[in-house]
Parts: sequence; structure tokens; C-alpha cells
Amino acid sequence: MSSQDMVEIRWHGRGGQGAKTACLLLADAAFSSGKYVQGFPEYGPERSGAPITAYNRISTERCGIHSNIYEPDYVVVVDEGLISCVDVTAGLKESGAIIINSSRSPEELRPLLKGYRGRVCTIDANRISREILGAVFPNTPMLAATVKVSRVVDPEKFAKDMEESFHHKFASKPQVIEGNMRVLKTSMEEVQG
Amino acid sequence: MAHLDRLSGNEAVAVAMRQIDPDVMGAFPITPSTEIPQYFAQYVADGLVHTELVTVESEHSSMSVCMGAAAAGGRAISATSSAGLALMYELLYVAASSRLPIVLAVSTRALSGPININNDHSDAMGARDAGWIQIYAENNQEVYDNYVQAFPIAETPEVRLPVMICQDGFITSHAVENIELLEDEEVKGFVGEYNPEHYLLNSREPLAVGPYDVTHYYMEHKKQEAEAMKNAKAAILEQARRFEALTGRKYGFFEEYRMEDAEEAIVVIGSTAGTAKATVDMLRAEGRKVGLVKVRVFRPFPGEELARALKHCRAVAVMDKSEGFSACGGPLFAETRSALYDLESRPKLINIVYGLGGRDVSTKDIAAVYDRLHHLAQTGQVGEVYTHMGVREEV
Repeated sequence: MSSQDMVEIRWHGRGGQGAKTACLLLADAAFSSGKYVQGFPEYGPERSGAPITAYNRISTERCGIHSNIYEPDYVVVVDEGLISCVDVTAGLKESGAIIINSSRSPEELRPLLKGYRGRVCTIDANRISREILGAVFPNTPMLAATVKVSRVVDPEKFAKDMEESFHHKFASKPQVIEGNMRVLKTSMEEVQG
Repeated sequence: MAHLDRLSGNEAVAVAMRQIDPDVMGAFPITPSTEIPQYFAQYVADGLVHTELVTVESEHSSMSVCMGAAAAGGRAISATSSAGLALMYELLYVAASSRLPIVLAVSTRALSGPININNDHSDAMGARDAGWIQIYAENNQEVYDNYVQAFPIAETPEVRLPVMICQDGFITSHAVENIELLEDEEVKGFVGEYNPEHYLLNSREPLAVGPYDVTHYYMEHKKQEAEAMKNAKAAILEQARRFEALTGRKYGFFEEYRMEDAEEAIVVIGSTAGTAKATVDMLRAEGRKVGLVKVRVFRPFPGEELARALKHCRAVAVMDKSEGFSACGGPLFAETRSALYDLESRPKLINIVYGLGGRDVSTKDIAAVYDRLHHLAQTGQVGEVYTHMGVREEV
């Protein structure tokens, strides 16, 4: 399989933020669109708030490689504070993009990214989540922004699939479905860069 | 009709367990196999299986539950990892010598110490001489397929030995990937009804299981157990043949990947084989004659077959994901080197211990092994036979 057929994504988050869940939801969404997927977290001694990494490989053929991802096409940073303590752009392809949860603009963040020359995108996931859901759940907005930027799955089909999966997941509390769908759509509209 | 899904390796095992619907599960959680009894407990709670789920206080007891259930005449399962498998150690031998066809799912993990939750094969390799059949998987599909084949192998009358179905902890146990699942009825049909010849709940045939064995009989019983392990080879191939007829997916003692004209080859177990196959493809595209043998069945060890697969190679690297502390190489290396001894001419052989405690292995790491093999084949200089991959000498 040529590398052009495969998209590799690395997630950086903190324990408890839902980066692993977002990674697995992206694998679900890509699977639903007929792709071969891998979604896997890198495990260690978990503590709430400690830096964690998770990975996606999405391709048109089954991928047999079972290593971590060292040269990702996209990097997703669920917690802006990680930029100063984790080498988030390590190996990141310049043809790809980094998507950061931040209230700042891509221009403001670029100087912090060790000379990364590819696309820099930002999304204020905390604010969107707080305004619509009343609490900070940054993973759904980050997932939506990642789909919008990477187009690894068709954004419209993604929204439809997620709505179905929310109906299933929140069958006992349908009142939260509408909010989560608004988070998804708002995030896809607001992502910058 | 098969259906497509995406599941982690642990969930794939739990689904196979649900489809088989065994009589008893002895359950105690340990990372990274915990999800298996967790998913299965949900199936029990939802009434999807009739299995008696026995939650106990340790792995010593979970294996004891399995032994009691299997001796009574039921199908018994458990799942474990690392220190959990180590705590079963005494019972593993008793289960095998009592000829109880239990199936144990192992999500492999490093053994302490130092304490570490990540993957290597030191837990399963530590149990390699316990009399259990051991079958290893590269990915979620293989661990599911191997699990479906496990009971028919274990229950073959000429075998009657327990089976460990191993996969790499976290690397495949927690990785969600595409998978092709069989329908429940297909699995039930493949596994079939279990009709043990002798069992404790048979009131017409009173018997004792596990009594003291005096010197006068002990050796005969161990010889029978050794013969049963030899017989397992035919049973494994027979079930692979049936499985291929059902699914089209082909299994054997090992998988040969691009070995037809390979001059340099790697022998490896588990998920790293997938990474190595991708590396073989890259190097083949450059014209290099490289290949791979992925060992699926470690017990019984397919020595003669492996020797035939490797005899045309000039240089072979055997990769061990456990450190056996023999001071002359890991367990897969020892077995492979022994298997090659009877050949008239043999490839040059090296051993690389790798991936301990979750140390990641990339295609670049594998390419470096093939480069070393190429140099070895060109010069005939083996150098150090037994080395460790990617170790930082100055920390």
C-alpha cells in the first residue's frame, strides 16, 4: 500500500479529556464510510491530567503496521498547554496540519510550534462546549474540527453518522443529542486556518 | 454469512466467547486482559449466554474454577495477563496433566519486575513448558479466528489438552481495527457439542481427577501427555482445514510471507509480524530478497516444518519478545536453532531480543535487522549472536 492511500493522525491530550474516545470515534466514523481503520491509545501508568497519546491509521486497504506513528499527516492537540511540554509537531508532515484547541488564532500559535511550516488550525473547543453543553468536553469539538480539516471522512456523512450514534449512545437521555449535534456543527464551522 | 465490524482484540475474543457460549468462566481482572471478562459479564447480564460467571479473588482461583468445571464435564474459559498468568502457574500444570480442555485467553504483558503493564511475551513464554497448546495472533482477526478453533483442538480425543490463545497486550488487545465476524450459528456449528468421555458428573462412572500419582505410574502419564502434545499438531491442522473451508482464511503452524526465494528472513511472533511484512514489501520493492516467518503455534513447536521453511535462507534473525535469561538467547531462538541442527546445511542465525515492556518497534527498526542480515550474508561474519534491539547503553 502506498503511503498516499493512508492517513495517519496523532492525538495529544491529557488523561480524562476524552482524546482516546475521540480517537476511537474517528475510527468508527471512518469504518462507517468503508475505510480500514486503526484506533489505539498509547498506554502507561494513567493519571488524570497526565499527557496521553492516541493514534489513528485510516486507509483503503488493511494496514498491518502495529507501531506508534512517527510521521503523522495530522496532529490534534486537545490541550493547548501541552505545546510547551510535549514535542507535538515531531515528525508532522508539512503537507498535513496541526489542529489545536485554543482561543488564540493560528498566527498567534505558529511561533510556538518549533518552525513547523505546514497548516496550523485552531478551534476554541472549550468555549464551544461550555456555551452549548454547559461544561468543558473538548473531545467532540476536536473530533469535528479534525474531520473538517483532514476530510478523512466526508464531513456531511460524518455528521449524519454521529447523529445516529448519539441516538444510540444517549437513548436514555435524548435531551443531550441536540446539544452534541450543535457542538459538532459549530466546531466544523468555527475551525480556523 | 460473515459480517464486518471494527473491534479491539479484547472485544473480538469476548465476541468469540459469546458465540461459543461456554458453561463456566472463572473471572478475575488484570491489565490488559480486563476488558475480556468485562465485556463477557455484560453478555451474561444481558442473558446472551447461559455461562455461569464465577468471580473469584485471584487467578489461582479462576483457573481452579476452570479445572473444576472442565473435570465436571463442562466447557470452561478464563482470561488473564502477566502476573495473573504467573499466579496460575501451579494450576496450569495440573490442568494439562489432568487433560482438561480449558481455553485461556492471554493478552500478553511483561512480568514484574520492574513492574510494567505493557506488552511483551514473558508471561506466556514463562508458561511454555506447562503442557498447554499455545497459539499466537498478529491482530484482532487472528485472535478471533484462533479462539474459534481452540475448543475443537483442545477436545480432540487424541489431544485433550488446554489451549492458550495469545495476543499482544494493548498493541492488539486495545487497538480497534476492522474485523470479519462469523455468524453465531456458524461458530456454534464449527465448535459443536462437547461430549466428554469421562467426567465427574457422570453418576454411572465414578472417578477421581487429580489424585496422587506414584512413581510407578507417573512417568507413563507424563509420556502420554507428551504424546498428546505431538498429536496436537494434526488436530491443529485439521481444525485449520475446517476453518478455511468455512471462512477462506488459511492458518497453519506458521505463516510464510514472501519466503519463496528469500535469502534473508526474520522469524517472529505476534503483532510485530505485521510491521515486518510492511517492511518486507518496502525492501522487496528495492529488489531485496527478504522474507518473514510468523510463528503462530509455539506449543507444540513445529520444528521440522520450520527447518524446511528456513533451510534455503542464507541468514535468519530470530526475534524474541521475552528475555529468557539463558545467557545465550531467548526461547524462540533456542527452539529454532535446535530445529535447524539436523539440516545438512543451515542458514547463519542471530537472535534479537526486542520490544520488552512495550518498547515500540517501527518499520525502520525492522529494516535495520534486514540490513544486518544482508551484511551477515555478504561477509559470513555473524558477529554477536545474541543482542537486544534499540537499547540505550548510557541512560
